[in-house]
Amino acid sequence: MQSRISLGTTSWLAMLLAAMALLPALAPAGTLPEDRADLLYHRYEGGGVTIQGPSVLVRKTMAEKYSVSANYYVDMISSASIDVRVSGASRYSEQRNQYNLGFDYLRGKTTYSLGYTDSSENDYKAGTFSFNIAQDLFGDLTTLNMGFSKGSDTVRKRNDPGFEAGIDRWSYRVGLTQILTKRLLMGANLEVITDQGYLNNPYRSFRYLDPEDPTGSSYRLATEIYPRTRTSNAISLSARYFLPYRAALHGSYRFFTDTWGIGAHTIEVGYVHPWKSTPWTFEASMRFYRQSHADFYADLFATRDFQNFMGRDKELSTFTNKSLHVGASYAFANSGWRFIKRGTVNLFYDRLMFDYDDFRDASNRGLVAGTEPLYSFGANVFQCFVSIWF
Amino acid sequence: MRDTGFSARATVLQRCAMLVTIGLMLGGCGNIEPWVKPYERQAFADPIMALDANPVSSAYIDHVYEARESARGAVGSSGGGCGCN
Repeated sequence: MQSRISLGTTSWLAMLLAAMALLPALAPAGTLPEDRADLLYHRYEGGGVTIQGPSVLVRKTMAEKYSVSANYYVDMISSASIDVRVSGASRYSEQRNQYNLGFDYLRGKTTYSLGYTDSSENDYKAGTFSFNIAQDLFGDLTTLNMGFSKGSDTVRKRNDPGFEAGIDRWSYRVGLTQILTKRLLMGANLEVITDQGYLNNPYRSFRYLDPEDPTGSSYRLATEIYPRTRTSNAISLSARYFLPYRAALHGSYRFFTDTWGIGAHTIEVGYVHPWKSTPWTFEASMRFYRQSHADFYADLFATRDFQNFMGRDKELSTFTNKSLHVGASYAFANSGWRFIKRGTVNLFYDRLMFDYDDFRDASNRGLVAGTEPLYSFGANVFQCFVSIWF
Repeated sequence: MRDTGFSARATVLQRCAMLVTIGLMLGGCGNIEPWVKPYERQAFADPIMALDANPVSSAYIDHVYEARESARGAVGSSGGGCGCN
């Protein structure tokens, strides 16, 4: 298994290197992202979990061919989620800090990008290197993207200083953006991700029928056992259309499968409308997500050693998530102010609704195991941010 | 074992050769006349047509979904992930 994965990595790397060598010869391109700064506050509330924090991004071009970016992101988590309640643990708080540094180099119509992301919590660390190439082709009607990332995670466990495990992650991406008509832009993306290592959540348990209960109405808990590898494939198509009046329609579809037996569909449609000649722009979108459960998922296993892999993460179950997004943006300093070219203040709200088909609310232990009501929850997501271009 | 190594190298070489061929073919297509002229692309210069107008916001919302859904990847941004659970 290991040799297959490393072979895959080698051949993909070789392909990327070959592509890198070729791309500049194809055509001349490209523009670097605009210089900007963003300050965002985010807040998620749902399912007994509150997560909030800031995100700051600064991007600056140098010598017209280099662009550097830095992002600092924080999740302050306060959790008494259903997983925590079922396992009998108490509410906990923690913080995740994430730093991201990016460097882009534009040469002709090719943009080379390097990035590094570091994420740390008290019991989880992750570092990811990424590399991307973007190439404009055919009179700049087409942009081809290719990328590779390598991540390495360290998993620890609170109250168990002796526990430490690792995960290696590889991601390979190819994308195409195409101007089809004067008003229509389309995109296609493919991404393959492979993980290898300790993929469990060390705190989460699966449940099985209590063998010492002859009535079969109670259950016991045991630490989940996951496979040590997972490979997923995702392919997406998206489109953005400029309407006859000044407004945009957009839509996307993504198909996903993985080696754990999960399949998923994501559909999103949205509309953006600048309000007459005012500085206001309004937007709204709907998103529908549906997935099937992993092969080794069950809400309640018959015995403790029912099969080799056993998990009860609701993320691995069969469920639907329907969400609605609305947003308002206010543009200021459109004709420039001091060093600012323009700016926006934005307020976004998303409502998420998760409905599980085979994950039950086991937090009430008075009910017969396996007859509890199916779980569902709603979440509110707020974003407030200021963007300036300079 | 030796055979496996050889076929592995062969596969890599085959893939590279395929890519070089595709590249050369694409290079030959470099003279395709753009059917939407540069002066006809003002719609794409409008910020409402940007594929990722708010990268900080889209990275955040992608993370909100990725932490709660099994599907991942192909979201169109530069990707890379944070490896956070």
